[in-house]
Order: sequence, then C-alpha cells, then structure tokens
Amino acid sequence: MLDQFDIALDPMFPPVDRGRLISALSEVLPAGALVTKTEGMRVYESDGLAAYRGLPAVVALPRDTGEVRAVLRTCARLGVPVVARGAGTGLSGGALPSPGCVLLSLSRMSRILAIDPDARTARVQPGVRNLAISEAAAPYGLFYAPDPSSQLACSIGGNVAENAGGVHCLKYGLTVHNLQALEIMTLEGEGLTLGGEALDAPGFDLMALMTGSEGLLAVVTEVTVRLLPSPSHAQVMLAAFADVRQAGEAVAAIIAAGIIPAGLEMMDRLALTAAEEHTHAGYPTDAAAILLCELDGAEDDIAEELERVAAICEAAGAVQVRVARDESERQLFWAGRKGAFPAMGRLAPDYYCIDGTIPRRRLPDVLEAIGRLSEEHGLAVANVFHAGDGNLHPLILYDANEDGGIERAEALGGKILELCVAMGGTITGEHGVGREKINQMCAQFGSAEIETFFAIKAAFDPAGLLNPGKAIPTPARCVEHGAMHVHAGKAPFAHLDRF
Amino acid sequence: MPTSTASEIRDFADELADRVRAASAARTPLRIVGGDTKAFYGRAVGGERLDVSGYAGVVDYEPSELVITTRAGTRIKEIEALLARQNQRLAFEPPVLGSDSTLGGVVAAGLAGPRRPFAGAVRDSVLGVTVLGGKGEALRFGGTVFKNVAGFDGFRLMAGALGCLGVLLEVSLRVAPIPASELSRSFDLSWPAAQAWITTLMRRPLPLSGVAHDGERLHLRLSGPSAAVAAAAAEFGGEETPAVFWEDLRHRRTGSLGAPRLWRLSVPRTAALNDLPGPAIRDWGGAEIWLDSDAPAERIRTFAAEAGGHATLYRGAGPGEAVFSPLPPGLFALHKRLKAAFDPAGVFNPGRMYEGL
Repeated sequence: MLDQFDIALDPMFPPVDRGRLISALSEVLPAGALVTKTEGMRVYESDGLAAYRGLPAVVALPRDTGEVRAVLRTCARLGVPVVARGAGTGLSGGALPSPGCVLLSLSRMSRILAIDPDARTARVQPGVRNLAISEAAAPYGLFYAPDPSSQLACSIGGNVAENAGGVHCLKYGLTVHNLQALEIMTLEGEGLTLGGEALDAPGFDLMALMTGSEGLLAVVTEVTVRLLPSPSHAQVMLAAFADVRQAGEAVAAIIAAGIIPAGLEMMDRLALTAAEEHTHAGYPTDAAAILLCELDGAEDDIAEELERVAAICEAAGAVQVRVARDESERQLFWAGRKGAFPAMGRLAPDYYCIDGTIPRRRLPDVLEAIGRLSEEHGLAVANVFHAGDGNLHPLILYDANEDGGIERAEALGGKILELCVAMGGTITGEHGVGREKINQMCAQFGSAEIETFFAIKAAFDPAGLLNPGKAIPTPARCVEHGAMHVHAGKAPFAHLDRF
Repeated sequence: MPTSTASEIRDFADELADRVRAASAARTPLRIVGGDTKAFYGRAVGGERLDVSGYAGVVDYEPSELVITTRAGTRIKEIEALLARQNQRLAFEPPVLGSDSTLGGVVAAGLAGPRRPFAGAVRDSVLGVTVLGGKGEALRFGGTVFKNVAGFDGFRLMAGALGCLGVLLEVSLRVAPIPASELSRSFDLSWPAAQAWITTLMRRPLPLSGVAHDGERLHLRLSGPSAAVAAAAAEFGGEETPAVFWEDLRHRRTGSLGAPRLWRLSVPRTAALNDLPGPAIRDWGGAEIWLDSDAPAERIRTFAAEAGGHATLYRGAGPGEAVFSPLPPGLFALHKRLKAAFDPAGVFNPGRMYEGL
C-alpha cells in the first residue's frame, strides 16, 4: 500500500503549523473558501483509487484565477505542498493528499466561458465536466472527442493533468491532441499562456509537456479545447470468439487492413458475463471474448467497412458477428461495455484496475500470460479494455476485507505492469502514474530519465511543492524498489552511459 | 537503406555521445545537422558541426501496429517509400526540402504540410524518442504505443524544438493508412469569399485533408472512404486540381514560396486578414499564411499578433535578426530553465530559436 508517504523515499517538507497556514489562507481568501473540519475534508481524502487515503491540512476551494494565485503564493511562501484536484475520479491516487498539504480543489471553477462554433473551440474553466463540453457543443453539431468512461463526472482540468483517453481516442486522439490553449499558474503565482488561438505557438511545445504532467508542474486555470464535427452516422458490430487469442488476432488484423474504427473494445468471458448480468446488453455469454467495433462516417462507407471487419473477424475464427439492428441496440451494446466496471461488483467485493498498454500484436501472448499470472496468484482477472490501441484494463478481483487482500492484488498488478514493459509497452496508458504506480516507474525508466524528469519539474516548480511524491519516483525509491530498467532482457542503448 | 552493421551503429552512437560530452565539458556550441536541408530556418548557429546523418536505418516497422521506429539520420524519402509499400504514410505530411532530409531534422523543425489541421502536427505523431542529453546520456521518452502517460512527455517536446534540447537518436512515429480515395477540386473565389465558405465547411463532418488558397483560387482536397469523398466532390463541383498542387505546396515550391524573404504567419483560421503587405498563399484553411513581403518585421509581427497568432521569418533573416515571435518574459525565462534541464552547458544549437536560448 502506497498511501503512506515515506520520509526516506518521498520528497518531504518541514511541517508548517496548521493554525498558521489556515490563518494565512483566510487572510487572502473570502469566507467559505476553506474546508478545515475533518468531516468536511473526508470527501477529499482519496480520489477514484479509494484504497489510498490521507487527510490534507486544509482544503481550498477557489472560485477564480485570482483566488488560485492567492493560495499558491501563500503555499510558496510558507513551503506547504499543494495537491490540485478536479472531480476526484482519477484512478491512480494522483489527487491523494500528501502529508500537511493544501488540497486545491478546482471544482468551483466550473463555467463554460465561450463556445466558438466557427473556430470550433470551447474555452472553459478547469472544473467543467468533460461531458458538459460535448453537451454544450451539440447544438452546433460539434463534440469534444476524448471520452474517458468517467466523462459524466470527470473535469477537463483533471483530463489535462492526466492526458485522459477514452473509447474514441483510437480515431480522434487523446486529450493532448484536442487542446488549443492552456492557462496555467506556477507555484509562485505566475500566470502563463501555453498554445494559443493559432494551430501552433512559438517556442517549445509546453502545452504538450504540461498535458499529462499530473499536477507536478503547474495548476491549469483555463482550457481551450478543439471541437470536432459530429459524424453523420455510427454503427457498431459485435464479434464473438471461442478463443481469446483469436479475438486478439482480429484486432491486429483490422488495424492492419487500414481501418481505424471510432472504437475497438474487447471483453473476455468473465467481464462480458458480468456485464451481461448487469446491463442485459445481449452479449453471447458462451463466448470466450467479444469485440465491439464502432465505425463512423458516411452511411455507405460504414456499410462497406462493416463488411470488411466482419470478414476479418470470421477469418480470425469468430463464431458470431452481429451488427446492432438499430440505434437503441447500438446504445445497449455500449451501455454493457460502459457498465463493465460497476458490474464487477457481482464477481467480487473489490477490484483493482490495471492500465498497461502493449503493442497490439502482443495481445494474444499478453492475455495468455495474464491468465497464467492470475492462476499463480490465485486471484481472478477480468479483461475489459481498449483493444484497438493495446490499452489493457485487467481487473483483479479481490476482497479488501480479507487479510492481505489488497497487497496480493497489488502484487499481481505489479507483475502485469512489468509484463507490459517487457513486451515493449508502458505501465499506464491513460490513468496516470499518480501514487499507485510510482514504483513501477523504476521498471520503465532509468535513472537518467528520472533525473531529467526532476529537472523538468524544477524548471517549473523549483521548490518541488506541487504534488510531491507522485508520478516521478525519487532515485532513492528506485534503489529501494530494486527494479532495473530492462526491456525484454536488454536495456536500450546499454552501451551508453546511464547516470 | 544504409547497410551499417550493428557494431558500426553502436560505435557511431558512442562517438556522438563522446562528442556531446566533450562539447559540454568545453562549452563548445554544437550545430546539429541531419541532411542540412533546412539550414536557412531559424537563427544562424556558430559552433562545431555535429552530423547525425550517419546514424541511420529502420529499427522496427510493423505495419499492423501503425508504428515505425527509425534512427534519426534516416532519410525521410526512404521512410516514406517504405511506408508507401504498405499503403501507409506520415499523417503530418512534412515538407521535404532536399533528398538528404532526415527524420531527425523533420521532427526537430516541427514543420507540417497541408494535412496539418486535419491529421495533426508533427508532435501528434511522435510516440517516443531517444535523445542524447547534454551529459551525453541516452534518454528514452515515450515508447512505441499510442496511449502512454508514464513520465513527462519529453518526446512531444522534441518536435519543433530545433535541436535545442538534445540530439535525436531514434524516433518512433505513429503512421496512418493511405485512405481509399483522394480527390481535389478548385474554385475561382477571392480570399474573403473563400474564407466564409471554409468556415461553413469546417463545421461539417467532411473528409477534408487540404484547404488552401493560392491567391486566386481555393483548392480543396478530400481524402477518406470512397463514398464520403465522392459525395463531397459531387456536392462541391469545381474544377479538378492536380495532385501536384498539394505536392508543390507541401514542399514549398508553389509560386512565391520561393521568395528570398518569406514569412510564415500562424493565425486563427477565422481571422480577418485581407490587406496583407505582399502576395500571400494560405494553407491550413487560412491558419497558415505564406507571405512574400519586405515590410518591416515589426509591422508583420504586430499584424499576426493582433489577429491572435504569431509570425516567423521562415527564410531570409539577416545576421542577428529575430526569426520567431518573441515570447513574454515569464515564458522565455521558463524556456531557459527548461533548456538548462536538458542541456546544462548550453551546447545544443544555441541561439537557433532565440538569442540567449
């Protein structure tokens, strides 16, 4: 369990008297902008990774950029860590309060400032919900493409911090590909504009660097996103396989055929059975795996591509191929997929979601290997994931009330992530490193990269006070964790010096 | 393809790392060079030439992954030919200004062609890099998969950094399938009329892949599945534009793009910029303007800034003259700190982007 910060392995700061901190913040903020009572702060003690918990010193709820600046300057002056938080739906403990921190919640900054349908942009405050942007854009025939499963609740500021993905990112890109401009604020309270109204900006691409930086570099105070015209038609196909391997092979074959589906999702038997019981989506529960392949565009093109996808799936051994008969069945197929995570509650009291990405062609091997690891560790694993971009979400089923339950689940999760790295992939495709995967970072990166990451952080945040102990492990932690930076048995550029 | 052996490649990487270490120790500026086809772009850099073009070759190309990994010295023409054989291509359609142009140079310059507004910038295709940092250490950022949020995105940062942050050794790129159908149409429309039409077109889900105005005519390129392309072409009418128009635009061969002093204005597509001080070619639906003008730099930069964008003196900067629009002081200070994080001795292409960086 990594909710406990370790003075030997994590960046720590001299404690600041809580009363002094609260009075300093009270001086610069209006009444009602602070939560100081323990019961009020409970809401903020964890994000979507609820197993990790900790209380901040105080919660600040700024309503505008000026109040964000006031909080940051106060924390910079007193040497107090700051953990920024959006809607708290993150799955990696990125918004877990660190000891003695100010938890900076951006949830009150939730206004859509402007929609410009001609420029195809939306300018919004960081606390605006992801789905609210698409809803506001819909009257203009436009939408915001990145659609993480939590889009009903998650906020755009958090999406930027995590570089959130979703079902549609195979075709339409991640958050980073759909941003136009960011307003950010450094710990010292300096406001900077990254990106702009044009398609590029002079200088280094700091907007790309800022995206996915997990609150370690600066606080996002305003976001301008790009909007896309909504496709005129969309259709989904369900293909069922008697063998998980065949489903994996079909995924690679679809992409190899030059088809970029709007979504290409896979569920194995455990996942689809639970989802079917939960949602009654009409999934064939006797299948070993199903693929959901969504295509969008012109009606005739979709019909033609559906035929090609069907032929590819059948050639890979599909036992059943079905196109949704109408829009309501299409919605139902997706409702099953979206309900797969909550459906896990039918299988076990708790689940632990892993987020590795692998090259697509490794899917069959990795799924088999996960099956073996699952048996070795005596924990069931359900697979439901973004197959089109190789982003796995193995769900490890466990019981937190059992002695050592979470530790066993974490141990298996760690093995799966190391497997992803060994296969040429990554420990996190879209959920972020946060607190949760900080040890596995040592498996993916060597000390030279980690040193550079800290140098990048120091360029933005010299005091190191923004979200300390997250995303980037200290060298001491990597020594302690003992992981070596190894890909399939050999480090890249092994002959060159690594510091 | 060069037929270097594995040990030659290793030796070459070692030699590059040694050169970087020695340069950092002596604080000798390095002018990093691939094919040296874009020496005109950016401010002039003094210093020792560090030629990376010998560090060439495809490391891995698996068409079903839509990913290619090559060494940075690999010629872009060879990469494009290899992709074309698998019916794939680079989404960002980079200008290739000479047959020696390398992938490393293309990524460092960060320049993209007509498909940019529809298929993304260079950095949108970069999945991972290996670069030499200022201590001569090999740094690997990103990887070979599309979805990857581990660590800061040092790889996207390298695109368009003009070699100021490191020496690119290897680059992994996401590639795109070549669509089933591609058609181009042109229309006799003045710019203001064309701009109004573009605005309505861009709000619709059309398979556009190029929107350019050559000063007299509007050119539209459609790429995608056959039915969508055919339907749009039928709706638009117009005259056929030969495919070579887009090739010439992409490789900067069209009309005034050869001007000795050429400005590149990057502005919002919807900005009203009708009285430019010189002949203009507009790409990216109007968001990228190529301006042949001897007007004072200050005037052109102000013009672009007032429209919400910026101006680059793409070609023909005099000695010491600024090329890129100046950054606000706070942002420039951050650039300097970031450069020092990668390149503490300040040896990588110093001054190429900005004086003092």
